[in-house]
Amino acid sequence: MPGPRDEDLESRIEKIVADQESTRVEYGKTLAQLGKENPDIVVLDADLSGSTQTRYFAKAFPERFFNMGIAEQDLMGTAAGLALGGKIPFASTFAMFATGRAWEQIRQTIAYGNLNVKIVASHGGVSVGEDGGSHQAVEDLALMRILPNMVVLVPADGPETRAMTRWAAAYQGPVYLRTGRMPLPVIHDEPCLFELGRGSILRQGGDVTLVGLGVMVPACLEAAQLLAEEGIAARVVNLSCLKPLDWELLVACARETGALVTAEEHMVTGALGSAVSEVLAEHFPVPLVRIGLRDTFGISGKPERLLKHFGLTAADVAAAARQVLARK
Amino acid sequence: MKTAKTAKPPAAPDPSRLQEIARLVRLDIIEMLYRAGSGHLGGSLSATDILVALFFAEMRARPGDPCWPQRDRFILSKGHGAPALYAVLARLGFFPRAELASLRQFGSILQGHPDSGCTPGVEIPTGSLGQGLSIANGLALATRLNRLPSRIFVLLGDGEIQEGQIWEAAMSAAHYRLDNLTAIVDRNRLQIDGRTADVMNLEPLARKWQAFGWQTLETNGHDFPGLLAALKTCRASRGRPKVIIAHTVKGKGVSIFEDQAKYHGVVPNEEEYRQALKELGA
Repeated sequence: MPGPRDEDLESRIEKIVADQESTRVEYGKTLAQLGKENPDIVVLDADLSGSTQTRYFAKAFPERFFNMGIAEQDLMGTAAGLALGGKIPFASTFAMFATGRAWEQIRQTIAYGNLNVKIVASHGGVSVGEDGGSHQAVEDLALMRILPNMVVLVPADGPETRAMTRWAAAYQGPVYLRTGRMPLPVIHDEPCLFELGRGSILRQGGDVTLVGLGVMVPACLEAAQLLAEEGIAARVVNLSCLKPLDWELLVACARETGALVTAEEHMVTGALGSAVSEVLAEHFPVPLVRIGLRDTFGISGKPERLLKHFGLTAADVAAAARQVLARK
Repeated sequence: MKTAKTAKPPAAPDPSRLQEIARLVRLDIIEMLYRAGSGHLGGSLSATDILVALFFAEMRARPGDPCWPQRDRFILSKGHGAPALYAVLARLGFFPRAELASLRQFGSILQGHPDSGCTPGVEIPTGSLGQGLSIANGLALATRLNRLPSRIFVLLGDGEIQEGQIWEAAMSAAHYRLDNLTAIVDRNRLQIDGRTADVMNLEPLARKWQAFGWQTLETNGHDFPGLLAALKTCRASRGRPKVIIAHTVKGKGVSIFEDQAKYHGVVPNEEEYRQALKELGA
């Protein structure tokens, strides 16, 4: 059943083209602001503060910034110790090294000890670009989602990043927050409110639900526009809180739209696609198509080229929607 | 930044009194492990005198208030030495001694490896080797930022320092001049698969720590005057992190267990248990 022309969506897409913010930069700036407000916030990095953008905090509060050098296991262990000593540590490096190199350190002390460490890792996904497969973390969300006590957040834009960073500082417990290198369109109005364990519906629709994470959220919104022109009313959900998961929202979408597409800049295994599959299979099975990397590593290239290569564009999401609708 | 004043240490401890406490702690360890049916015997016995010196003569703590903010902090990085730590904490009154009988059992407050979520007096979960020195560094940094007089102590196994993360942390401690931190190496020269010299040589160990910028002391890990003197030196010195390489004997205190790799993760059988009780003067 074709939906009405969504003028609100169209003006939002116009705004999307005009405003672009990088989630890593918004993290860095918010962190510096938080540092001013709370003397217990400390920041650690592993020789990448120019990339992770902890440099803003480092410049403002050098006595509370600890560069651990190229030593990510030591970074996480030291962050754990600082939390034990009553500080609120934000530990940053690239997603690959934070969650890969130091996975066991995160598991054994931060997660197992339920310590108040905020791991904010940049360069998640293939949009890392030219550095290539070694630096493109396409497993990080799976590695963090599997840990008990870990909150896993993937902000979709600048306002959401600011809200989540601020929330993380106040929350008692381990948090993993993935930021990206690419500037992203602004989707949320200010003030953006974040609620733990809640996903949000960005666009209503009854034919199919497109569930996105991070850079794939604007792609889902664009795909919804493309599908609307074909008379398909797509609902768009931003599941930026990957853990704890808003499974009730997913079940409602399954019940109300009957078909889902998931889209993430990550392997389809272990993160969004898997999480949604688990919920549907246990609670409300409906046809599902997952968009993401399929058992492959990243490669060098410009971010836009890579997103196209790995099937992570709005056109790909729209194609997946048509595919899943055919199975309804 | 002004350095916080170091808290006054307890009154001069009596080595013979500490020796007696150590004997009782060893008896507790043997009892605990025999009853539990599993656990780490050799490394618990080699660490006993170090732990007794630390907890009964050096560290400021309040057993009735395990979260006292000004307490000195101890991290058992060689987490498998848990039985020794538990026995010491029990004797100090952090929890009832009767709990020792429940080691490793389902529902026990005494887990197989230290778990801060379960046991009063345990600061952080450990067990996976090589991680405790980084944690100790973080704690030392927080303590300094908070301008607290607390001192941080961490016990490392010698096999454990084959882990690369230990050396990352050693670099950091020197880089950040963490002089409120004292590490102790339980140098019993053995690991599961044999002598450390044969499995993965650690020597020259003292020179390695010195090269990493640590004030390095060596002492007999079973001699209380020596341990106390080394700790006193560490207490007084400034500007660098300190390491005490404590030369120990794995399984120390019971002749049939001493200096053997076999008893790393093996508990006494009935005959060995009776022999141990006899030798420890039960």
